[in-house]
Amino acid sequence: MAGGAASWSFEERDFHRIERLLQSFLYESSARCALLVDRAGQLVATVGEQPEFDSVAFASLAAADFSANDQLASMIGETEFSSLFHQGERESMYLADVARRVILVVLFDNRTTLGMVRVKVKAVVRELSEIFREMFERHAASQSRLHLETAFVDEAEDEIDRLFGDL
Amino acid sequence: MSMINYASREINCKIVYYGPGLCGKTTNLEYIYEKVAPNTRGKLISLATETERTLFFDFLPVDLGSIRGFKTRFHLYTVPGQVYYNASRKLILKGVDGVVFVADSQVERLDANVESMHNLYENLAEYGLDLREIPFVIQYNKRDLPNISSIQELETQLNPDRVEYHEAVGTRGIGVFDTLKAVSKLVIKSLS
Repeated sequence: MAGGAASWSFEERDFHRIERLLQSFLYESSARCALLVDRAGQLVATVGEQPEFDSVAFASLAAADFSANDQLASMIGETEFSSLFHQGERESMYLADVARRVILVVLFDNRTTLGMVRVKVKAVVRELSEIFREMFERHAASQSRLHLETAFVDEAEDEIDRLFGDL
Repeated sequence: MSMINYASREINCKIVYYGPGLCGKTTNLEYIYEKVAPNTRGKLISLATETERTLFFDFLPVDLGSIRGFKTRFHLYTVPGQVYYNASRKLILKGVDGVVFVADSQVERLDANVESMHNLYENLAEYGLDLREIPFVIQYNKRDLPNISSIQELETQLNPDRVEYHEAVGTRGIGVFDTLKAVSKLVIKSLS
């Protein structure tokens, strides 16, 4: 994926649209939780049961997992593996690509089946892709990188000095 | 590149420690993990071989706290330094906001440093990025060892654009936070 994930922003209204969509997906599929992770390893959103694990670390590992599998796909002559499935004894996870920029990670247990999750993921990914494409186009149309105000930079620099200064 | 999440009011920036095998990238992260207050950092994740060589990456999130209402966090990554892990190295650079090149100051590692620096340029180019245009800091590590190149020699070989550099002894933490401070400030500035 040339270019990687360019700078972008995730607005509150985007979150609400996605949240509604994923909530109904979780209801229909009986999965426990859905996480959206960008390809650089950052957690974008979590919907459903709040996970008890460290979701920041989880996001970085999920992105790495997906990227590594992408490379394996190209080595065997596939353009991508658009989804991955990891099966555990009680908990399983299903990962699916969304618009080549974001990964949908679904956690589920034995209250549902892989077949059901797979069918429902397919439908929700189509809708999510549409939303994310719109978001990226909107950002591209503004033709500028995101800019933070100078006051933010000043405060962040002070915080960096405070936090790392005497170590 | 960084994403501003207005929904969760978070800003996450990705900083990658790059350099040849055994130059001290993981040591940098381990020292940071050990020294920053536990409530400002997450878990240190290491995907390493049985002999503790980095296989895929190390990952350490460090929280800057809330800045003007935004929870600001640096995601620190290392890459595997050994030459044959290039596919993994390239993956870790995806979405990078800032780079630290950790050079091994020992004379016999000079060629390995140069090769790794070229590899960094090449891998970034595949993402359409140019090292001269992104926040970039060099750390000359292992300055306590007897058989080291002079800073002048290292600068000539590795730093033609004269970016900021720091001398370090990673195992004792010398220069580790100077390097982190320098790159994180550059990353924050690049967002404005």
